[in-house]
Amino acid sequence: MIFYWTDTLFFILLLMLAASVIRTRSKEHLRRPWRKVARSKSAMVSLTVLIFYFGFAILDSIHFHPTESQAGEGSFKTEAISLLDWWANPLRQRTEKTYSAPFASYGFARETVIGEDGVSRRSYPRLLYGGAHLADPEHGKFLDILQTGFKGFRDGFFAWLVLAALLTLITSKSSNLQFVPYATEIVKGRTEIPWRAILITLLFLLLASFGLGELSLKYHVFGTDKVGEDVFFQSLKSIRTGLLIGTLTTFITLPLALALGILAGYFRGWVDDIIQYIYTTLNSIPGVLLIAASMLLMQAYMARHEDEFASLALRADFRLLFLCLILGLTSWTGLCRLLRAETLKLREMEYVQAARALGVHQSTILLRHIMPNVFHLVLISVALDFSSLVLAEAVLSYVNIGVDPTTESWGNMINSARLEMAREPVVWWSLSAAFVFMFALVLAANLFADAVRDAFDPRRAE
Amino acid sequence: MIQYLIRRILYAVPLLIGVNILTFVLFFVVNSPDDMARMHLGMKHVTVEAMTKWKHERGYDLPLFKNDQAEGIKQFTETIFYQKSVGLFLFRFGRADNGEDIGADISQRMWPSLAIAAPSLLVGLLVHISLALMLVFFRMTYLEFWGVALCVAMMSISSLFYIIGGQFVIGKLLQLTPISGYDLGWNALKFLVLPVIISVIAGIGSGVRWYRTLFLEEVEKDYVRTARAKGLSETYVLFTHVLKNAMIPILTGVVVVLPLLFIGSLITESFFSIPGLGSYTIDAINKQDFAIVRAMVFLGSALYILGLLLTDISYTLVDPRVRLN
Repeated sequence: MIFYWTDTLFFILLLMLAASVIRTRSKEHLRRPWRKVARSKSAMVSLTVLIFYFGFAILDSIHFHPTESQAGEGSFKTEAISLLDWWANPLRQRTEKTYSAPFASYGFARETVIGEDGVSRRSYPRLLYGGAHLADPEHGKFLDILQTGFKGFRDGFFAWLVLAALLTLITSKSSNLQFVPYATEIVKGRTEIPWRAILITLLFLLLASFGLGELSLKYHVFGTDKVGEDVFFQSLKSIRTGLLIGTLTTFITLPLALALGILAGYFRGWVDDIIQYIYTTLNSIPGVLLIAASMLLMQAYMARHEDEFASLALRADFRLLFLCLILGLTSWTGLCRLLRAETLKLREMEYVQAARALGVHQSTILLRHIMPNVFHLVLISVALDFSSLVLAEAVLSYVNIGVDPTTESWGNMINSARLEMAREPVVWWSLSAAFVFMFALVLAANLFADAVRDAFDPRRAE
Repeated sequence: MIQYLIRRILYAVPLLIGVNILTFVLFFVVNSPDDMARMHLGMKHVTVEAMTKWKHERGYDLPLFKNDQAEGIKQFTETIFYQKSVGLFLFRFGRADNGEDIGADISQRMWPSLAIAAPSLLVGLLVHISLALMLVFFRMTYLEFWGVALCVAMMSISSLFYIIGGQFVIGKLLQLTPISGYDLGWNALKFLVLPVIISVIAGIGSGVRWYRTLFLEEVEKDYVRTARAKGLSETYVLFTHVLKNAMIPILTGVVVVLPLLFIGSLITESFFSIPGLGSYTIDAINKQDFAIVRAMVFLGSALYILGLLLTDISYTLVDPRVRLN
């Protein structure tokens, strides 16, 4: 096992998430808003999609040094691979020479091919892997795609049946109903948590992933890119990058915003002046420019300490981490301002006044009386920021101040595919794949964030 | 009023000094001039002479904060901090790495930026506010539900896709406008249409949703109910009562970005190869030209602070209840 910096932090974050879920379950007043979220269909559907994405990100965050048989041919033994790499080994290894369209069995560009009669002519070469099992791709391909896809769908459907039965069994325990009546309740959509909507989403996700998984063993379902890498595999790998950027940023934003915001609001006076000065200064620097400046500096730093970043993977990982930190530094000010305003209001409330009059220590007042009561703001802002951070990654990578060019990310995919739009015929598949994967994630995140905001914002409570 | 203005302008001074010190620390302390020289002259095989020459040409061979070799006031003026920072306050930006005057470049390049950004903002405002008013007019109907759903979907698409898609469909398939480029004078018009359309469409999702929440907050207030009870038509209420009162939060968002229009948009300008300040900054980032990036950071901050000041002034103009003191 190897832990990169981002891996470790990601797992710490997940552990903290799990801890807070367990804590929330035991406290009724914390559970109430979440129950409202759980009743919302759009929120639960999005949550299912988000969990699906997180599953891939977790698989891709467990790195280890492969043994010779796991690594396969042509890859370096010293290179650490993730569980996802190992699982999708066939996808990772089957690289063509250059571009090929989705489901193609012939190359995208004409090449000089030497025929059986020894005469060389310009024609489209057969791909090394895409549809290589077909004797006559022109006729058999469509049927083969249908058959393979159907096989995938069938497996996916069975997997779904098992999962759905398990879920029904587990959740029926907490209701007073037996398995069968509870299942009919679900089918009729009468359960409190919209299990029917969740299960339908799950069905689509499983059908799509099993279908694509089965097909991608024989074809390049989203084509290949300029250096012949499978675009579907790239999109899967990009999930981790996108999610890390959306989540690791909280390591900077939350402590800064919470500490400074509460202190400024509670102590007022010169503390407030200094903290306001800090965040107004930071806020007045245009975000992109600050990020650009910091990334330039980081490149210079890495160039100076070349020996500390021995491998390419380490460099890329450090750059990803640094990007998260910088994005955090530029985005905590908004939350800080909100928290300051809320604390200003809270410190005049009777219970805080009472605590002060009783001589409760100031740190205790801050931690026990103020902090829990501003936490809904934190939650809402984290949820709302997530999607904009995922979108920001793509833009930053385009300006060359995003993640390392060797890291798979949707931004890098868009960036490298952009120029190919001028080609004739158009190379559209890299862009489309990045679009689909990104759109699904950001849409789910947006919908979920909306539900969280509706449930936690007291102004919106009915 | 004038007293308030003076106080606000004085308050901007420490902010600008803060920005200046922050960027100075970022560019010169975290990263010494030696590092910069090495980065520009190639990483590995750099002679000391070449580095000294590079630093001397750019005035980076002085001490950072205090010059012990000089005397009197020169102890502080003959330093990198004084030479490179004080000039920024007077908008003297110095020279870029290729020897060109940054200030001249900026004053020349801000007009194309403005030519893109100003119409984008105006048309965007018009379109987004009318769409939001329409959604509010049809509230509690399916039209509103699907309108909001469409907004959320449009918000979830990266701006890069809008630009690439727009260039592909309008520029390449339909061939209505040139895909990218820029020209002087009125000839620029045909190059401006596409970027403006695309930036308006890309902003619909978040813009319409934002204005809709503003209007919805107003719509539920008492004076609106009174207006309706008096028998005024819904359109009349929306356009005269609601729109007028929602103007204050709308202004906050708009006035603050007005000065920043000069800076332009990094992404749009580089996609459409418009020779504005946005593409200037991107080029500087790619060339690793620290002087330009620092000048742009300072300029951006100064304009943002100006925007905050303008916002406060505009409050008094729109809302007579607000008094500045």
